[in-house]
Amino acid sequence: MNALRLAQALLVLACGSAQAVEFTHVQADQSTLQFVSRQMGVPVDGRFRKFAATLAFDPARPAAAKARLELDLASVDAGSPDADGEVVGKSWFDVKSFPTAVFVSSSIRPLGDNRFELAGKLTIKGRTREVSAPFTFRRAGGNGVFDGAFVLRRLDFAIGDGVWSDLGAVANEVQIKFHIVAGPAAGSR
Amino acid sequence: MPATRYTHPAIALHWLMAVLLTGLFGLGLYMSELALSPEKLKLYSWHKWAGVSAFLLVLLRLAWRAGHPPPALPAAMPRWQQAASHALHHLLYLLMVAIPLSGWLMSSAKGFQTVYFGVLPLPDLLAKDKALGELLETVHATLNYTLAVLVVAHVAAALKHHLLDRDDVLLRMLPWAQRSR
Repeated sequence: MNALRLAQALLVLACGSAQAVEFTHVQADQSTLQFVSRQMGVPVDGRFRKFAATLAFDPARPAAAKARLELDLASVDAGSPDADGEVVGKSWFDVKSFPTAVFVSSSIRPLGDNRFELAGKLTIKGRTREVSAPFTFRRAGGNGVFDGAFVLRRLDFAIGDGVWSDLGAVANEVQIKFHIVAGPAAGSR
Repeated sequence: MPATRYTHPAIALHWLMAVLLTGLFGLGLYMSELALSPEKLKLYSWHKWAGVSAFLLVLLRLAWRAGHPPPALPAAMPRWQQAASHALHHLLYLLMVAIPLSGWLMSSAKGFQTVYFGVLPLPDLLAKDKALGELLETVHATLNYTLAVLVVAHVAAALKHHLLDRDDVLLRMLPWAQRSR
């Protein structure tokens, strides 16, 4: 009887620990935040070099998951030195007044087949909008890897106003691609 | 009987390219001095589209020329002048091919793909590379200044033929000229 109890207890523990792998330790050096803008119909790659993400994601319990991202807008690489100098300025990110962009998740729901949808509030340049992005989750070497993309309409956030609101030169739609690598929380393995 | 005038397509291509290349040269000088603006992005795109067009036109021109050799130079011309004329024309063609190629490669190295008329993407033969992009910018500019100097020599030689030698070397490239003498 005791042996059976012990076996049951071990089984519960084993199942519990197998499910409760929660990924929290974002590996900044392996994570990337890239974007593609379209200038005169030409896709131009860019990225942000500095951002801080906090994450708590257990694939077995996505409803309880949380994500938050703080982005240093001045760390932008917009594709050319010319553009780097321009986009930190007043009509684009205006980094003097608004140095960071913040995303806070409100819900993460499973779409099946290791795909999920992340929804939340994105604040850039003092403007907050609801955004959502599908992403895939996979495990690699003990880490969790999150890959997702969504389209941001830059004028929703007054990014590139004034003369730059000319969408014939720079399209409204900017493709954002995130690749986040996070290790498991201590003790959840 | 050997031809004494250029063919109509050769004349049309010559003058079309004269206008196009002059415009491209001026636009290139102007746009590169501008601060970044939507206008600058548009001018760069137009310059690149026109540059691709110039490249296609010079290929067409070379193909036409291969099947329709230009009329012979006047027999009275000194040999060294005939040699100089041939050398100059070879260089002009070489630059008309090399300049758009250098612009295309420069654009790729700087991370901006060339999309012809905003619809037809040309492959990037080079990956983005800042140092290479700057080198190719220098190459593109140097080739252009070289072409500008050679075009001045080309025009000066044509005028010399017309005004001093009084032969029909210039006239045979003019669309409206009658055969003189």
